[in-house]
Amino acid sequence: MNKLLLIIKREYLSRVRKKSFIIMTLLTPLFMIGVFVVPILLASSSEDKTTIAIIDNNKFNEFRLTSSHNLEYNYLNELNLEQHKTTLIETYDFLLHIPEIDSIQQIESSIEVYSTNQMSLSIKQNVENQIDKKLTNLYLLQSGINPDQIKKSQSKSRIKTYVVDEQGDNTKGNSEASFGIGLVGGFLIYIFIFMYGTMVMRSVIEEKTNRIVEIIISSVKPFELMLGKIISVALVGLSQFAMWIILGFVFLLIANGFISTDIDVTNLNANEAVLSSEIGSSLMALPIKSLTFVFLIYFLAGYLLYGSLFAAIGSASDQETDSQQFIVPITIPLIVSFVLVQVVIDNPHGGLAYWLSMIPFTSPIIMIARIPFGVPLHELLLSISLLIAGFLLTTWVAAKIYRVGILMYGKKISYKELWKWLKYKD
Amino acid sequence: MNILEIKHVIKEYENKKALDSISLNVIEGRIFGLLGPNGAGKTTLIRIINQITAPDKGEILFSGERFKREHIQNIGYLPEERGLYKSMKVGEQCLYLAQLKGLSKNEAKQKIHHWFKKLDMLDWLNKKVEELSKGMAQKVQFVSTVLHQPKLIILDEPFTGFDPINSEIIKNEIIALKESGSTIILSTHRMESVEELCDDIALINSGQCIIEGSVNEIKNNFKEHIFEVQFEGTIQNEIQHFDTLVIESGYAIFKAKNKENTHTLIKQVVEQVNVTSFNEKLPTINDVFIQSVNNE
Repeated sequence: MNKLLLIIKREYLSRVRKKSFIIMTLLTPLFMIGVFVVPILLASSSEDKTTIAIIDNNKFNEFRLTSSHNLEYNYLNELNLEQHKTTLIETYDFLLHIPEIDSIQQIESSIEVYSTNQMSLSIKQNVENQIDKKLTNLYLLQSGINPDQIKKSQSKSRIKTYVVDEQGDNTKGNSEASFGIGLVGGFLIYIFIFMYGTMVMRSVIEEKTNRIVEIIISSVKPFELMLGKIISVALVGLSQFAMWIILGFVFLLIANGFISTDIDVTNLNANEAVLSSEIGSSLMALPIKSLTFVFLIYFLAGYLLYGSLFAAIGSASDQETDSQQFIVPITIPLIVSFVLVQVVIDNPHGGLAYWLSMIPFTSPIIMIARIPFGVPLHELLLSISLLIAGFLLTTWVAAKIYRVGILMYGKKISYKELWKWLKYKD
Repeated sequence: MNILEIKHVIKEYENKKALDSISLNVIEGRIFGLLGPNGAGKTTLIRIINQITAPDKGEILFSGERFKREHIQNIGYLPEERGLYKSMKVGEQCLYLAQLKGLSKNEAKQKIHHWFKKLDMLDWLNKKVEELSKGMAQKVQFVSTVLHQPKLIILDEPFTGFDPINSEIIKNEIIALKESGSTIILSTHRMESVEELCDDIALINSGQCIIEGSVNEIKNNFKEHIFEVQFEGTIQNEIQHFDTLVIESGYAIFKAKNKENTHTLIKQVVEQVNVTSFNEKLPTINDVFIQSVNNE
């Protein structure tokens, strides 16, 4: 036990003292913020306006398109299409032409757009939507119906969701918030298992290429060395989490000071404002503490499950390049569960979601994605028990491979070979 | 008293017997040479002694007790394939390895200071291993093997990577360790080191111990009754019961036809010439090695 502590201490200190560790710890939150925030900022910035020139030769003056925040229409009806086509598509993004027609019904099928580049699907749909809206209003008026009447009679329902627990207490839920948290949580587990798993693998390969491993295992059992390594990397991961949480709070404090006064609430329409404040309040209503706790359990157990396999791979490889052939099969369940997260989130209580959150190889990612939607306690406990059984099994298998692998040099290891190692006695 | 008794130990890998019911004894307080061609099973045996692997069958006694995990604290092992953590400081590394062998932090620090001072390496303590030359790193490895004053020290090719001066230093330290009561198992292909250092040897081939005993005993067993004579004058008459292998002016080598005793040879030679030197030519360990392995 004492020796295990010595190993953990050495492995831990040798990692957290590295410059690369400190830099990674500081940069990762910035990177994450970049990944999540930059696309949102880019999407919401409506700097680029699409300019559209219109030559409208129809006689129905009731039909006129009006500019919106990202589409600008310029009516140039006095110009001749054929004469000015080329100059117009150079000055404007698009040239929209409505030919002379007999009835307003013909507008739908006779609008033409000219441009130097193919019109993007979203702009095309945007323009078509506007045209359709206008036309619908015109049709309604023609049939003697006031469009305002229709608008008033359109309803927009918003269901309030409540999650009822076994004691019958209601918690206000929010599908949007659950969706976001499930997705982000699954993504984080996926990244962390990969990140720390390869850390274990590299360290095993390093000891093997350094040739120190034989000296160490003449003092401790190979299993103690492997376990010490895996535990120390887990501690490194937890330390990194702790740092990130602290950094996160610092960022939040700073961001609050700066942004809260700046934010332009008037831009949001009433519905969006209600929705976003609801997401905000239900984020607060989510049991953050128990979510974090469950997240840590799944991170740790999932990492232990995969970490020991990564250690086994490291022991069977002389260099990192040798490890590729073994990495692929163990990363497949990780990648599959990452891809299936979106399917699971769409139907978090379905059969696929249930089974994937029970299989130890996929449960760390899938269960985390399901949790925000509410998972019955007995399912959670079963899944955690299976995961723990799973990591005990992989650790046992890994230990068998590890103790043989670390002493094998200069031999390309096949799966057949690994299978033989499993059957070796001590 | 035997520090190590190995009795009928078998270790099999994929139907290949690495050790085929091997038995040998290592006497306490002596230097024991473990010899054998490549692939004979030496590394497997050494790993079993270090409890890195376990035997399939057989018994091992350490100081007369059944071999247990605790005995590992009394063993120091310098493997043939050896290295250190490159980015760790020399001092920290020795401390770590000594603590893994069960020394307390303070004990370990004292021992490190003692050894590094003795071998004039004190200013390396704060250097990283990657800053050391290969020879320096080898020296650090040697020290870390013996730091915890093990009763049994296993050195696998300890001299590779050393220049003659450092080889000499290490050789003297090995002798000093023996004099202070440690037992040393030396595995090497350098036969001159075996001649110089070893009291006993065992020769292993194909997983079996084919020769075992003290160096003198073995040399005696392998002697071919060959005698070297230096003399003044000329040997005219044929020497009875002996083949003359070499005869030059003042120098001759004779081999007994039927293990005739020395006396008959001396008598015949002295009758003819004035003998200035007479000795039996004993085989070197190198000869023993080649002869026995080839005969197998």
